[in-house]
Amino acid sequence: MTATTTSARSELSELGRSETALRTFLHGLPGVDQVGAEQRAAQLGTRSIKTTAKAQAIDLAIRMVDLTTLEGADTPGKVRALAAKAIRPDPADPSCPHVGAVCVYPAMVPYVAEVLRGSGVHLASVATAFPSGQVPLEIKLADTRAAVAAGADEIDMVINRGAFLAGRYKEVYDEIVATREAVGDAHLKVILETGELATYDNVRRASWLAMLGGGDFIKTSTGKVPVAATLPVSLVMLEAVRDFRAATGRQVGVKPAGGIKTTKDAIKYLVMVNETVGADWLDPDWFRFGASSLLNDLLMQRTKLTTGTYSGPDYFTLD
Amino acid sequence: MSERVAVRKTYKLFIGGKFPRSESGRSYLVQSSNVSLASRKDARDAVVAARAAVKGWAGATAYNRGQILYRAAEMLEGRREQFVALGVPGDEVDAAVDRWVWYAGWADKLSQVYGGANPVAGPYFNISTPEPTGVVAVVAPERPALLGLVSVIAPAIVTGNTVVVAASPTEPLAAVTLAEVLATSDLPGGVVNILTGRITETAPTLAAHMDVNAVDLSGVTDAELAADLEVKAAENLKRVLRPAPADHDWSADPGVARMTTLLETKTVWHPKGV
Amino acid sequence: MFEYAPAPESRSVVDLKPTYGLFIDGAFVDPTDGGSFKSINPASEEVLAEVAEAGAQDVERAVRAARKAYEKVWGPMSGRDRAKYLFRIARLIQERSRELAVLESLDNGKPIKESRDVDLPLVAAHFFYYAGWADKLEHAGFGADPKPIGVAAQVIPWNFPLLMLAWKIAPALAAGNTVVLKPAETTPLTALLFAEICQQAELPAGVVNIITGAGDTGRTLVEHPGVDKVAFTGSTDVGRAIARSVAGTRKKLTLELGGKAANIVFDDAPIDQAVEGIVNGIFFNQGHVCCAGSRLLVQENVADRVLESLKRRMAQLRVGDPLDKNTDIGAINSAAQLERIRELSDAGSAEGAERWSPPCELPDRGFWFAPTIFTGVTQAHRIAREEIFGPVLSVLTFRTPAEAVEKANNTPYGLSAGIWTDKGSRILWTADRLRAGVVWANTFNKFDPTSPFGGYKESGYGREGGRHGLEGYLNV
Repeated sequence: MTATTTSARSELSELGRSETALRTFLHGLPGVDQVGAEQRAAQLGTRSIKTTAKAQAIDLAIRMVDLTTLEGADTPGKVRALAAKAIRPDPADPSCPHVGAVCVYPAMVPYVAEVLRGSGVHLASVATAFPSGQVPLEIKLADTRAAVAAGADEIDMVINRGAFLAGRYKEVYDEIVATREAVGDAHLKVILETGELATYDNVRRASWLAMLGGGDFIKTSTGKVPVAATLPVSLVMLEAVRDFRAATGRQVGVKPAGGIKTTKDAIKYLVMVNETVGADWLDPDWFRFGASSLLNDLLMQRTKLTTGTYSGPDYFTLD
Repeated sequence: MSERVAVRKTYKLFIGGKFPRSESGRSYLVQSSNVSLASRKDARDAVVAARAAVKGWAGATAYNRGQILYRAAEMLEGRREQFVALGVPGDEVDAAVDRWVWYAGWADKLSQVYGGANPVAGPYFNISTPEPTGVVAVVAPERPALLGLVSVIAPAIVTGNTVVVAASPTEPLAAVTLAEVLATSDLPGGVVNILTGRITETAPTLAAHMDVNAVDLSGVTDAELAADLEVKAAENLKRVLRPAPADHDWSADPGVARMTTLLETKTVWHPKGV
Repeated sequence: MFEYAPAPESRSVVDLKPTYGLFIDGAFVDPTDGGSFKSINPASEEVLAEVAEAGAQDVERAVRAARKAYEKVWGPMSGRDRAKYLFRIARLIQERSRELAVLESLDNGKPIKESRDVDLPLVAAHFFYYAGWADKLEHAGFGADPKPIGVAAQVIPWNFPLLMLAWKIAPALAAGNTVVLKPAETTPLTALLFAEICQQAELPAGVVNIITGAGDTGRTLVEHPGVDKVAFTGSTDVGRAIARSVAGTRKKLTLELGGKAANIVFDDAPIDQAVEGIVNGIFFNQGHVCCAGSRLLVQENVADRVLESLKRRMAQLRVGDPLDKNTDIGAINSAAQLERIRELSDAGSAEGAERWSPPCELPDRGFWFAPTIFTGVTQAHRIAREEIFGPVLSVLTFRTPAEAVEKANNTPYGLSAGIWTDKGSRILWTADRLRAGVVWANTFNKFDPTSPFGGYKESGYGREGGRHGLEGYLNV
């Protein structure tokens, strides 16, 4: 880290002390032109990724999947099966890599932990009263500590969108800082719920707020509101982590979540990562897909590339 | 009882809102008066004055330009007898007044009729607006000296252009008198500049001048000269209004082409987003 | 690293003939007093086809055919029927768009993603737009019964061969004129394929005539006394010569010429989109764009930041095979154009500007030039004044809005300009003061058939596109 970024970093760490300073900083970030951002994202989506590049992208995407189930109906049996699939996504092909993580509610963490132990697959848990976060802070923190204690090494928290939209940035910031402390050594992913933030300017501001508060990852969505991850939202977030690293020297990961269902979608995201932030982020440590059905499509496409014939859903597990 | 000795008028040029003599010190006898014989340098000075006036005049509100043109019609009406005394038929003066009024009203309408929103296939606000081209050099029709002159000046300036006019060489008195009308109409100095003298002397200088944006050759009757002026105008791609046909009826409805030829269309795009 | 594997578009969709004649009076004919020339692929220097070069007698034949068609068929035809032919052409272009896009990239060197996603959709849209005007000209604001002019001589450039053809032919035909069009000598092939489309549409013979050749052919055509209207897109020097040649005639003239557009970035700009706009402004179509944003005027207090982002972005540009779907920058159109770009770039270096290009491997054969920016450029440098028509950006700085406008306007050209700022009132203030026919605010290089395009000052006169585009083809 250079001297400039060290001093920039300490200056930025001061911002959280005052509502005015935070507001001045966040509203001083360059604006985002909606049409321009969406066009750039669409252009990147026209890249043609074929043959060897596609094979490489599919394996990378599998390694980046946070295989997720976040249902009221989740049971120990259901999440154990999911964890098993995370370790060996394609039982017929041992060369198929394992996914990045399994992501479940805190109550399901102990069952998943048993299965994943020693596999190299991370265990993520949503916390902080996911998905709305509309409970007192103490309860959010207790939720977080419980998930970590049960074996989660990654915590996906939600920001307080109500406070954000009301302009109470310091409240949002303080909650992130408090959650950061509560997760201890685990990784903290901060869910912005971009579908509720309404503008790309807000997405950029919330991204910076999350990074300033100490998030290791910024994540688009809970998957529980109508608009989840989109390419342009992810583009704005990637630009934010790029600029944050340039300013502070600290690298932050990005996780689009919700609505990414096909290999084609996943590859568009990888192209965007490649051409926006570069190879440093093309790694499961720095980029993840929050998804469930995506994995099977990746597996089918992977089979197509190795065998030359199109596969069908009957040949992949439904877990 | 002896008759009062009249005070005669000196007919001079009209440049930058002032009435200078030709810098050459020359004049020529026409319509029983000594009229300034403008030189190439006078033409150059007139272009400088016209250019200096562009910013304020083009930047004035359309409403303001319309008001000033209407004021010119009022002044013209008030000097009706003066033009008649110069030999301009009364109905020509009337027609000239009416033409000023007609053009005055165009000031704040042309943008709506000749510009507007374009429905592009994308999330953009897109609008086209006509703007003045800048400095226009005009060779006024030789006759009718007043109506012809008004018919070439008004359409050029109503949209925000400024003009340097080579007046009718054979009937220049109406032009100089019109300059007096304009000088008392709140028209900013330099918006209209009038040169009297030989077309062959002033027009080539104006057509070749690189700080002139357009030429109106309406009054050029010699085809060879017209072609030569157009060739000169090509050097910086001036907009060109070609000579009017010999039988052109200046009293007829002029249409809008005189205005639109001296306009640029500017189209501005902006994305629509949140 | 994530390396994209080659993704070439197949050229098998194009069925090129070894030789092409002139398209006169509805048929392909051999030249009577002309010769022939070769059109090559600028990305490989391979010969694509041998094309006829029209001589004076061929021009005569073409103008005569156009005159006959104007008098006997197209002039008397109802607007409603003219519209239907134009709609047919628009549909045929859509149906054969893949073929046309591939051929355009082969002959011109532009990336397939541009010919496929920009040129061809705009070409079809342009015919659709003007088709609809053909039977409602009396409502276009040019009088109750506007008349066509007659025979239009149209000379177009090599940078957007088919799109420029559409900009010329669609409004001319909609207004009731017939045309003789000469495409550029380095890119004649899509115009000849368009001639086949005219045949397929059963457009009456002589309404569209396409004669190929170089400058002499163009001059002969423009100077032909049987021509009533001249429309030219190309360099300001040639435009000037044409303006001289029509002096003293009754020929109506419209010109769309060169440019040296300023792309102004204020300190409150949406920086990431501005950088995209700068890149699109100068590297779209290899910078072979008359309205290219070739002068970047960036506010001094954000200049370092913008340039850093710009360089990072430029490093992502993929230069190479025009037919590869992932290519961003294709081949320079000709050896002559490459030489001009080199000469002006060398002048930039010699005059003390600092030159930078991202690391980029250029193919061995063909004509290539790496995306390049010059910093430390002043208004006095040749690269800040002359149109380079290549992927070369000159970067200048300014301190205040008034200085930005002054520098932007300090050029004999006036085709286009860009403004980047988040402040609405500043956009309108700046746009009002820019002497340019197209002003893109917070975007750049956007085109649409409904949107008038054309320049101020030495960038030419007349407008193409929109209702305004009809004016140049009507007797008003």
